[in-house]
Amino acid sequence: MREALYRQLTDCLESRQLAALATVVEGPGTGNQLLIWPGGQTLGDLGAPRLNQRAAIYGEQVIPIFSSGRKTFQVDSETVDVFFEVLAPPPKLVVVGAVHVAIALVELARQLGFETIVIDPRGVFATEDRFDAADRLIKSWPDEALDEVGLDESTYLVLLSHDLKIDLPALRKSLRSSVRYVGALGSNKTHQKRVDALREDGFSDEELTRIHAPIGLDLGGRRAEEIALSIIAQIVAVQHGATG
Amino acid sequence: MHDVVGTVDRWLGEGKRVALATVVKAWGSAPRPLGSKMVISSAGEMVGSVSGGCVEGAVFDKAREVIENGEPQLLRFGVTNDEAWAVGLSCGGQIEVFVERLDKAAGGADDA
Repeated sequence: MREALYRQLTDCLESRQLAALATVVEGPGTGNQLLIWPGGQTLGDLGAPRLNQRAAIYGEQVIPIFSSGRKTFQVDSETVDVFFEVLAPPPKLVVVGAVHVAIALVELARQLGFETIVIDPRGVFATEDRFDAADRLIKSWPDEALDEVGLDESTYLVLLSHDLKIDLPALRKSLRSSVRYVGALGSNKTHQKRVDALREDGFSDEELTRIHAPIGLDLGGRRAEEIALSIIAQIVAVQHGATG
Repeated sequence: MHDVVGTVDRWLGEGKRVALATVVKAWGSAPRPLGSKMVISSAGEMVGSVSGGCVEGAVFDKAREVIENGEPQLLRFGVTNDEAWAVGLSCGGQIEVFVERLDKAAGGADDA
């Protein structure tokens, strides 16, 4: 890999911009590489213009579905095997509601490689003492805070306050964003209230079904750590396109 | 990729040469997802993994060669491969690992 390409690639990761790296792993030009951005812009060369074109088209298809994999191309009667690696930014967990479950959730998420951000306007919950494991603690309302942290394809949003005045601004921001996961803690009754309020705001059924509620996989546990585990397990399933 | 970038940047900063090893194909019960990375430095360090610890030793040895000669290599490990038994891919899966050197910018002056 050329260092210039590596620098571009690390810039993508740092700026949380999606891209795919195509590498010839077998056939003529083994080791040649092409960096592909959504929209078709590229950097590098796989060895033949037609191969670059076809790889760029294929790369654009696999980027949005985070699907790294191998593809064989026939170009000028030669067989070229290309590996496409989708460069996904590090996953980011955003927790709204600095409650007890959030403490356990942040700790589990960190072990799984997530950057963790906790948001709560209530100063008594959002204290550094309680959240020394979090990468960031933001003491403000979620609608303001979420603009600042950004909701992209590698971001997972968990609402734990089960307080409508905190949940609703966060849901309004997230349901029309490209955030990968939205989960909201609360009883069916609480969730119905959220759904009713959002429907009045004009959100469609399709948008509302993006919300995972009740949140988490059904593990049966009731302790804060067990609930946190069920939530992070559901997030891991979503990350890998599994049903959980 | 993002999990090894910090290590690679540090090694480059220390003037070391670096090889990247990437899982580019996996069948059966292969333990690590496609794109999993292990990085190897010219000083003999290794970070990350491409299997459950089964083939890292063999990949490390090949990576030292790749750092020397700059020729990328596609390594195959699996149950049908005698060499794979030797390095113990005991899970019964098969994987292919692509090893490449991270080349310095043209001219070789840029050491950053």
